[in-house]
Amino acid sequence: MTNKQLLELTVNGVHHEVITEPRRTLVDVLRHDLRLTGTHVGCEHGVCGACTVLIDGKPARACLTFAAQVENSEVRTVESLGSDGILTDLQQAFADHHGLQCGFCTPGFLMLAEGYLAENPDATKDEIREVVASNYCRCTGYQTIVEAIDACAEQRRCAGCLKP
Amino acid sequence: MTTVAPSHGEGTPGKFVGRSVARREDPRLLTGRGRFVDDISMPGMLHAQFVRSTVAAGSVTALDVSDVVGVDGVRAVFTASDLALKPIRAELSRPLEEFVPTDMPILSSDRVRYVGEPLALVVADDAYTVEDGLEAARVAYDTVVAVTSADQALTPGVPLVHDEAVNNTVVDVQMFATEGIDEIFDAAHTVVSVQSRTGRQNALPLETRGCIAYWDDRDEQLIIHICTQIPHQVRTVTAHCLGLDERQVRVIVPDMGGGFGQKCVVGREEIAVAAAALKLRRPVKWIEDRKDALTASFLAREQQYDVRAAFDADGHILGLDADVICDMGAYSCYPFTAGIEPLMAAAEMPGVYQVPAYRVRGRSIFSNKTPTAPYRGVSRPQYVMVMERLFERAARELGLDAVEIRRRNVITAFPYTGINNVTYDPGSYLEALDECEKALRDEGWYEFRERAEAEGRHVGIGYSCFSERTGYGSTAFAARKMKVVPGFDISEVRMDVSGTVSATTGTMNHGQSHETTMAQIVADRLRVQVEQVKIVQGDTERITYGFGSFASRSITIGGSAVSVAADKLGRKLCEIAAHLLETRSDNVELASGRVRQIDDHSKFVSYQDIADVAYLRAQLLPKGVDPGLSATASFDVFNDGTFSNATHGVVVELHEGTGKVEILRYFCVEDCGVAINPKVVEGQCRGGIAQGIAGALFEQVSYDDNGNPLCASFIDYKVPTACEIPEVGIHHLETPCLFTESGAKGAGEGGTIGAPAAVLNAVNDGLRRTGVELNNTPITPVAVQHALAKGIA
Repeated sequence: MTNKQLLELTVNGVHHEVITEPRRTLVDVLRHDLRLTGTHVGCEHGVCGACTVLIDGKPARACLTFAAQVENSEVRTVESLGSDGILTDLQQAFADHHGLQCGFCTPGFLMLAEGYLAENPDATKDEIREVVASNYCRCTGYQTIVEAIDACAEQRRCAGCLKP
Repeated sequence: MTTVAPSHGEGTPGKFVGRSVARREDPRLLTGRGRFVDDISMPGMLHAQFVRSTVAAGSVTALDVSDVVGVDGVRAVFTASDLALKPIRAELSRPLEEFVPTDMPILSSDRVRYVGEPLALVVADDAYTVEDGLEAARVAYDTVVAVTSADQALTPGVPLVHDEAVNNTVVDVQMFATEGIDEIFDAAHTVVSVQSRTGRQNALPLETRGCIAYWDDRDEQLIIHICTQIPHQVRTVTAHCLGLDERQVRVIVPDMGGGFGQKCVVGREEIAVAAAALKLRRPVKWIEDRKDALTASFLAREQQYDVRAAFDADGHILGLDADVICDMGAYSCYPFTAGIEPLMAAAEMPGVYQVPAYRVRGRSIFSNKTPTAPYRGVSRPQYVMVMERLFERAARELGLDAVEIRRRNVITAFPYTGINNVTYDPGSYLEALDECEKALRDEGWYEFRERAEAEGRHVGIGYSCFSERTGYGSTAFAARKMKVVPGFDISEVRMDVSGTVSATTGTMNHGQSHETTMAQIVADRLRVQVEQVKIVQGDTERITYGFGSFASRSITIGGSAVSVAADKLGRKLCEIAAHLLETRSDNVELASGRVRQIDDHSKFVSYQDIADVAYLRAQLLPKGVDPGLSATASFDVFNDGTFSNATHGVVVELHEGTGKVEILRYFCVEDCGVAINPKVVEGQCRGGIAQGIAGALFEQVSYDDNGNPLCASFIDYKVPTACEIPEVGIHHLETPCLFTESGAKGAGEGGTIGAPAAVLNAVNDGLRRTGVELNNTPITPVAVQHALAKGIA
């Protein structure tokens, strides 16, 4: 079955050309063709959310998305957060609140929160909890993930207040 | 030479134990730069998946893989006869009437014993074509009646899962049997009984199992990168099955996405993959998909209890009589065997209570279901639930308060040697109980329950009071009569030329933060910064030997081993420094990155200068001191281990319409001795509680009567999310362990152990006006709905 096609993808602001089968999922292209292994695969049926990435700014399951579907979109993965070893405020909040243990689900939660807070900067803690319920974590019991995202949102709001 | 005593003052420079130091693991995991098994790629790597049995019981009459090799991209297919591997055999040193040893083949060739049992291995160019290959395999079976429950397994005349295990019974032990126990029950004021069943669960690490195996000609080694909690045991079994020397196998464990026990046994799939890699002389990767992880990976927890307890009129327990049956599925797991669950339950069931008479029978049965592995808590979530139900029932029958009856029975004087011949080290059983009740009272939950009752709502308050044995040493495991006796740990602590430190541990982090907590311990011992210590684990070439991580042993035993090794290195630093300072070796001490003279702190040698001598100018070393700065030490526990303890308090509301159990408040008072890193302890506690709640209310692996698994995706296996798991309030007590190096007790499993009992008790309190009592988990909405409907009607 050599039914390959050339795809042009924009991931984390970088343009890539990938030759692949139409059936290849976005998460496999990200992980194994582009070697962006920060995005993880937990179930391949769209429930656990470990593969959550941003497609045009919105959280999406990369395991249920064919790479071919995002040719004209901007894809962002966990590798886009922070630079030169400096954590973003969201990543730092996860560290400060012990919002991760084994770290396998973490990139999914980070991208979920990154996309959600961008559109909902005034989210309440209850609303954040609802969104956190999109993904599975087996280690933390979720409380510290909710607290991390809430603290990050709060900090961003405060930073906004202080601006002249 | 100075060691840091546990009493060392808070805030003293170099003191890291006891502080919530930032995790060393976090930066890489938060930036997507961790390295999990599936992140590793090798040149020329092929991908494997398994043809698995689609029937639960019977024999394979035809396994036709001829079409598989014709599928585009498929490189090879292997059946049992192609690989000719020795089976995995897990054994106990017990007589046949107590334990029946059985084999688990790597690939099955004739008999099949569960749906999902691997029959053949397909290897292809990528993860897609291997799936194409699987579809071309044809298997025909002769089926027999599947054994799908313990009751059925024990029925005379049903087919045997293993021919050698009569009555499908693999373990049958009777223990303790206090003389006169029947008379005690006959004469007792009150006897209560509880029958309880717990559902089959999946430990469910979010990263499924997986490995990459390849032969390295230069090292003359089979190298396996694998997701396991027990690297050295994987090496032993792999070498055995493949007929290699242990030296010819190297097991490397990268970052792990959880384990919780599912990965503390040796799986058959990884060994088949290793054999295929040897045959093909190419790297072969296997990443278990979620369907296989849910149906064919090691499961856990399915047990049934029939237990009676005798009480006097004042609510003191007089005797405990228990029958425990564990459904272990189709095979015994290595190294623990199918004895792990009944032996744990039998040995430890009296728990935190002063039980004067005890009798127990513990059995494991085989069934045509996926095999089980120890899962976080191992039998303790179940027997604690049963014990806590017994006390609540007795309280009700005797008209006593549910907390008061516990107060009258918990162990308060330590050390305490129980009827189960176990000696409990000091804990805070009564204090934890009192604190937890006080917290719920102070927060007004008892008044809330009263008001809710007046409004016709169903609010319940429940507790669980328990301890958890951690730090099982060689003697404790030997007492279980394991043939492979885990217990000790060995650590090597090394200082390099630049004065920074590496410390090995045979334990295996899979989320518990060992890279941080063990570095805290070593940093304190050697008076360096945490950042200057790198913890090394998960590589059989770099670690002398180890038993990995399970049974909350890492900090108690592994943490003690790194302490002892660090101290030994500290002594060498002192010896060299004393020589260089031309003073007595008892006149020097370690002090933040240097060794100084005790009588004159202005005289010191920096670690770098000592390292410089130890490695680069060895002619300056004192006579008889070996070059280099490395120390190896081991640690073992030669008593019954150390007991963490806790009380959990839960408030629930039961909803009539939906049968939903809503957790309004969850409070935990826990004591794990010295908390090396309080934030990490709280994380273990909350995460453990979440898994306990999952078992109490949501998760169950079901099978139909033919042994077909009914949970092949997350649609059917109900994993709780942030909307189901409540916030957990935590209060710490600290009763230091007297014989671990840091005073720490294990903290990994307590949350999971206490949660089901507390939740179940709260639910039953919520049902108190209905006359219905629930004793099985998961507590389904249907069960709650029926109970409420019955009570209202």
